[in-house]
Amino acid sequence: MEGPPVTRSTDSRQARYDLTRIPVAKALLVNRWPQFLIRALALSGFLFAIVAGLGGTPVGSRNFSIVFVWIAWWALLILVAVPLAGRGWCTVCPIPMPGEWLQNRALLGPSGKKPPFGLGRKWPKGLRNIWVQNGAFALMALFSAVVLTQPVVTAVILAALLLVATGSSMIFERRAFCRYLCPVGGFIGLYSQTAPIEVRVRDTAVCATHTTKSCYTGSEDGFGCPWGAFPGGLVKNTYCGACLECLRTCPLDNIAINIRPAGADLSQLRGRKLDEAFKAFIMLGSAFVYSAVMLGPWGQLKTAAYGIGSLPWLLYVLAFLVFVFGLLPGLFYVASRASRTLAPTRHTPRRIFVAYAYALVPLGLAAWIAFSLSFVFTNASYILPVLSDPLGWGWNLFGTAGYDWTPFFTQMLPVLQTLVLVVGLAWAGITARRIAQEGNHPAAWRQAIPINLFCLMVTIGFLWLFIG
Amino acid sequence: MNAQATVTSITSPAMRHRPRFVMALLALAIVFIPLPTGSGVPGSRDMHIAAAQYNFSPGIIRVDQGDQVTIELESMDVVHGLYLDGYDLEVTADPGQTTSLSFIADKSGTFRFRCSVTCGPLHPFMIGKLKVGNNTLLWRGMALAVLAAAVGLWKVRQ
Repeated sequence: MEGPPVTRSTDSRQARYDLTRIPVAKALLVNRWPQFLIRALALSGFLFAIVAGLGGTPVGSRNFSIVFVWIAWWALLILVAVPLAGRGWCTVCPIPMPGEWLQNRALLGPSGKKPPFGLGRKWPKGLRNIWVQNGAFALMALFSAVVLTQPVVTAVILAALLLVATGSSMIFERRAFCRYLCPVGGFIGLYSQTAPIEVRVRDTAVCATHTTKSCYTGSEDGFGCPWGAFPGGLVKNTYCGACLECLRTCPLDNIAINIRPAGADLSQLRGRKLDEAFKAFIMLGSAFVYSAVMLGPWGQLKTAAYGIGSLPWLLYVLAFLVFVFGLLPGLFYVASRASRTLAPTRHTPRRIFVAYAYALVPLGLAAWIAFSLSFVFTNASYILPVLSDPLGWGWNLFGTAGYDWTPFFTQMLPVLQTLVLVVGLAWAGITARRIAQEGNHPAAWRQAIPINLFCLMVTIGFLWLFIG
Repeated sequence: MNAQATVTSITSPAMRHRPRFVMALLALAIVFIPLPTGSGVPGSRDMHIAAAQYNFSPGIIRVDQGDQVTIELESMDVVHGLYLDGYDLEVTADPGQTTSLSFIADKSGTFRFRCSVTCGPLHPFMIGKLKVGNNTLLWRGMALAVLAAAVGLWKVRQ
């Protein structure tokens, strides 16, 4: 299952620009302080969000935890960080910090020869995939109407993430939480394949002859890869947390931070897996359900999604699970079987199904961006009053507490959403076409037809939800 | 493959770029070609919308382009507001009260209206739709989507 129809490599080392060739950029990336300060600031905000959620006003639109997590941070993540910087958020994410401090017995860099603190166990072999992350995201999605609107619930979720991350650092080696558990990290990894940036080695031959592998084992200059990855073997962004440790530990100056063509990983033949394919379905399906519930005119659907434990909520859960884990993958499976019929191949239906699921990555990202544009622009004006009164206690720290709710760009939003979806569809179609061409079948393009039709159908569904 | 390579090598740059040129022309045509935005003679339309946590009833209202529209907003429980996207209009109603909003629906398309007064946890998602005339953006969007799917099938690389 570890591979697609392989007959030629589409990974090109061309069209890359290594940012570390700029001395100032390299100095800023290697130095621990800039990253540490940003992470420390983020950790302060994260902890304050927990405090605000627990002790502030229960009115979500007046509470720091809801407005700064689900509007400000979410906008930064899905509209900027993921499309442009891939795992850029993971570079500065504060959630694993306390666990790492304990595990490393240090706040900043390596502290001499002290062994790591904690049990240091290896992550169970059977769970070395993203199924747990898939389940965690789907579980959160089922409760999203409450999580996104109730400050207390948001605070509990954030605190739980922090506790699980810290606890897993005490039990398992490296950043097991980030690599295998974080529900956010799972989809960032999936969509980071589209990003125009990557951490890679300059020359794999140099790594092959380097016996100490300090990028993986660590050195006095930095920690061994916290994500448990060997940079010399990296072929896609999914499991590289862009933590920059390898840039610090490599004694041979062989690590590059490349600017590259967007979506370069999607043509990567190695490492296509069923768990990642299902992540694509979960994300696409969740975007569809979220758009219907949160942006649609159906009040009963909203009430059902909010009424946890009620019969309507149970029906909503059932519908969500059937749609995301049954209907979408089922229809896609039919499309992939049709592809196989149109251009016969020796590869198994499952292999074809998994390979083509990567065409859904750009479409899913486009759907999330289109959804978030509407959600974020109509609610962004809550940021100013909450900045002055983060707990809803009547403060006016910066004189902006009285700023009225003002939706932005509502006239342009439908046009923007349409453009984003159309670009995502074209990108998905081109990706499907390239995947079809991997087999060098003379009629490979026929294979892509059913996949394109599936993507077209999904896109029209989103258009109907957003602008219909 | 060799025959294909030979054909490719003798094809002029203008011929090679022709499909892209055609696609671009089609995209421009889809975006700019005039489409009918409404049907019927503009008239007067009175609408009653009941607002209750977290639902506008009816959730979808349809008018013709050019209609003089009067919306009566009645709040059934707490204070609710109605902000109309695209038209930048707003009205609020106290519990049990009715207030009205009048305007000429001179822009065609689908416009969301949303509660503009914090009314409870799901307030940001209390949304309805006003459909004015023909939704040309939706048709253009779907046509562009079909074109985008065709682009995906195009021989990007030989």
